[in-house]
Amino acid sequence: MIAGGRMLTERVNLEAGLLNAENGAPVIRIEPSVGWISLRLNELWQYRELLYFLVWRDVKVRYKQTVLGAGWAIIQPFFTMVVFSLFFGKLAKIPSDGIPYPIFSFAALVPWTFFVSGLSQASNSLVGSGHIIKKVYFPRLAIPIASVLVGIVDFILSFMTLLAMMYYYGISITMNAVWVPLFIALAFVTSLGVSLWLAALNVQFRDVRYVVPFITQIWLFATPIVYPSSLLSEPWRTLYGINPMVGVVEGFRWALLGTSTAPGAIIFVSSLVALLVLIGGAYYFRRMEKTFADIV
Amino acid sequence: MNDISIRVENIGKRFQIGQKEESYRTLRDTIVDSFYAPFRKAGRILKGRAAETPDNKKTMWALRDISFEVRKGDLIGIIGRNGAGKSTLLKILSRITEPTSGCAEIRGRVGSLLEVGTGFHAELTGRENIYLNGAILGMSRVEIKQKFDDIVAFAEVEKFIDTPVKHYSSGMYLRLAFAVASSLDPEILIVDEVLAVGDARFQKKCLNKMEDIGQSGRTVLFVSHSMPAITRLCKRAILLEDGMIKADGLSHQVVHQYVNNGSSTSAARDWPDPANAPGSDIARLRGIRVITEDGKITDSVDISKTFGIEMEYDVLTQGHVLMPYHHIFNEENVNIFQAHDTDAEWRQRPRPAGRYRSIVWIYGNLLAEGMLYVSSGITRVDVAEPQFYEKDAVTIQVFEDMDNANTARGDWSGDMGGVVRPFFKWSTQYKKK
Repeated sequence: MIAGGRMLTERVNLEAGLLNAENGAPVIRIEPSVGWISLRLNELWQYRELLYFLVWRDVKVRYKQTVLGAGWAIIQPFFTMVVFSLFFGKLAKIPSDGIPYPIFSFAALVPWTFFVSGLSQASNSLVGSGHIIKKVYFPRLAIPIASVLVGIVDFILSFMTLLAMMYYYGISITMNAVWVPLFIALAFVTSLGVSLWLAALNVQFRDVRYVVPFITQIWLFATPIVYPSSLLSEPWRTLYGINPMVGVVEGFRWALLGTSTAPGAIIFVSSLVALLVLIGGAYYFRRMEKTFADIV
Repeated sequence: MNDISIRVENIGKRFQIGQKEESYRTLRDTIVDSFYAPFRKAGRILKGRAAETPDNKKTMWALRDISFEVRKGDLIGIIGRNGAGKSTLLKILSRITEPTSGCAEIRGRVGSLLEVGTGFHAELTGRENIYLNGAILGMSRVEIKQKFDDIVAFAEVEKFIDTPVKHYSSGMYLRLAFAVASSLDPEILIVDEVLAVGDARFQKKCLNKMEDIGQSGRTVLFVSHSMPAITRLCKRAILLEDGMIKADGLSHQVVHQYVNNGSSTSAARDWPDPANAPGSDIARLRGIRVITEDGKITDSVDISKTFGIEMEYDVLTQGHVLMPYHHIFNEENVNIFQAHDTDAEWRQRPRPAGRYRSIVWIYGNLLAEGMLYVSSGITRVDVAEPQFYEKDAVTIQVFEDMDNANTARGDWSGDMGGVVRPFFKWSTQYKKK
């Protein structure tokens, strides 16, 4: 079989031939799937280049034909911060853990914007890629994952703005900053986890399109962005970590701005919840996947 | 060891009816449905029809009991009317959609081309789209890089490679899309109607490319509405009808069956009952048959072989000068030629009553590939009075075997135009300067 495979591919490029000789001829079995099925993460790994190209495409296309281009990545959270500072900081005099209110809210808005843009892009991603889903096979998980990953580029830009603001307010970076990647990962996991549910649901129920802006709005106020979580007393504050974005936001403030309380317990709860949502979402997604091409 | 590359066993696919029109349900529908469902179920149980699933009436089988095997290196054509299930079958084998029942096994790397330009993005340049589209079709970055120059050359878009494809003409766009798609090098290729795009010149180029792919030893499943392409490229064809396999066999026979709407008598027709036979009180048609040189009835003839059209008829009233004739039409309803009985023995000779059999021999390398329709008649010549004219009495499929060297085609493997295909003698003189 291997020799045969090699002969067949001799006109084909050498690489494919070698690939085949190494693996033997892969046998694909096609049959109706029942119940909960494997996530097939190894297959997703085989398609990592497609994932890369999907991200690359969205990054390339994202700000085409816009005047301000990538400036939007900074403008959106920045002006939200200005508005928040005016209304919540100056007028409502909401406490901010002893940190200037603008940077207090901006440090939360940076990961929050990453989370929300990932969520809104990814939840609509399957429907938006319907034409590809109907014509080509690849692990469908690549689509929402790519949509969330695209937000990294905007995140980097707004994160640099955050660093500039920290410099402006004279806040120096401490060793705690090494934990920032963990909180980015937590924001990514949360965003992807929720997106997997919503994206799969959206294929069947287009209501999701209308639900998402609503969810994000409520979630914004359910997360300590305009206010500190220190308004709550323990154990409620730790319990508050059930909203994984609480862990992300408090983590960012702690790692970069040095807010007093090390939010270890919150982050533990948040990570746990985020992982559960992600795993559940991934399985739900895979279960629904077989229907995508038929009904999208 | 095992040279089966695709094995399909009892594959079936059920769709929900109306799914196309209302492609998605609203959450409200589902909530309302699930609220009422227990009551409805209770109602059914009360009425003693518990086993009846409510879904039965709302579903249809797009495919049913599909089983076949494909050997390594085979080129198989899949034909059938729109809605016969061809695309669904390809989608299942490409793993885009799941079967409802049955299973299939595929050995080897599969590439499927159900559309050209899948995932092309209008804002990206030609170069960027080659990489993107290649990745979507399952190629690695290294692989695309290697083939990049070939793709650009094949698509003839060198000058515009860094222009966004939204500024491309539709022809350029399709050429680029096909070029990427055809650079896919899997062991098993699944192709759907990709050739139905572009201008005539490019279509030929595509068909030649398909031919290359076929000869490179890859297994190919090929859906097309172009019957000449199917008979030329594929040795074997599968005819689908209403989601089931209607025929599976030599491509020219299957194509013949398909084009003739499944009536197997089209190569030969007999009128055993004189009451129904076309005719007058002078002459009456009894049968028309397409035969090979050794007299066997055939529905498809090799382009290079002589074949005969046999007309059997009764002369009921003696003493008239009669002339049997055939009119040959192609698929476009072009009258390719007319054949009048020129047998010297019977010309201008009043015929006695009795049973006659007239055969006209049509030599090989005259007609082009495709379907031919024969209309047959007999007319009186002395007073120019037709006795009968049977429109489309029989049909003939003219096919060309790619391995046949004795045809007008020469070494060209693409499409050939023309309503006839004579095999001329060529000679070339050469003088060294």
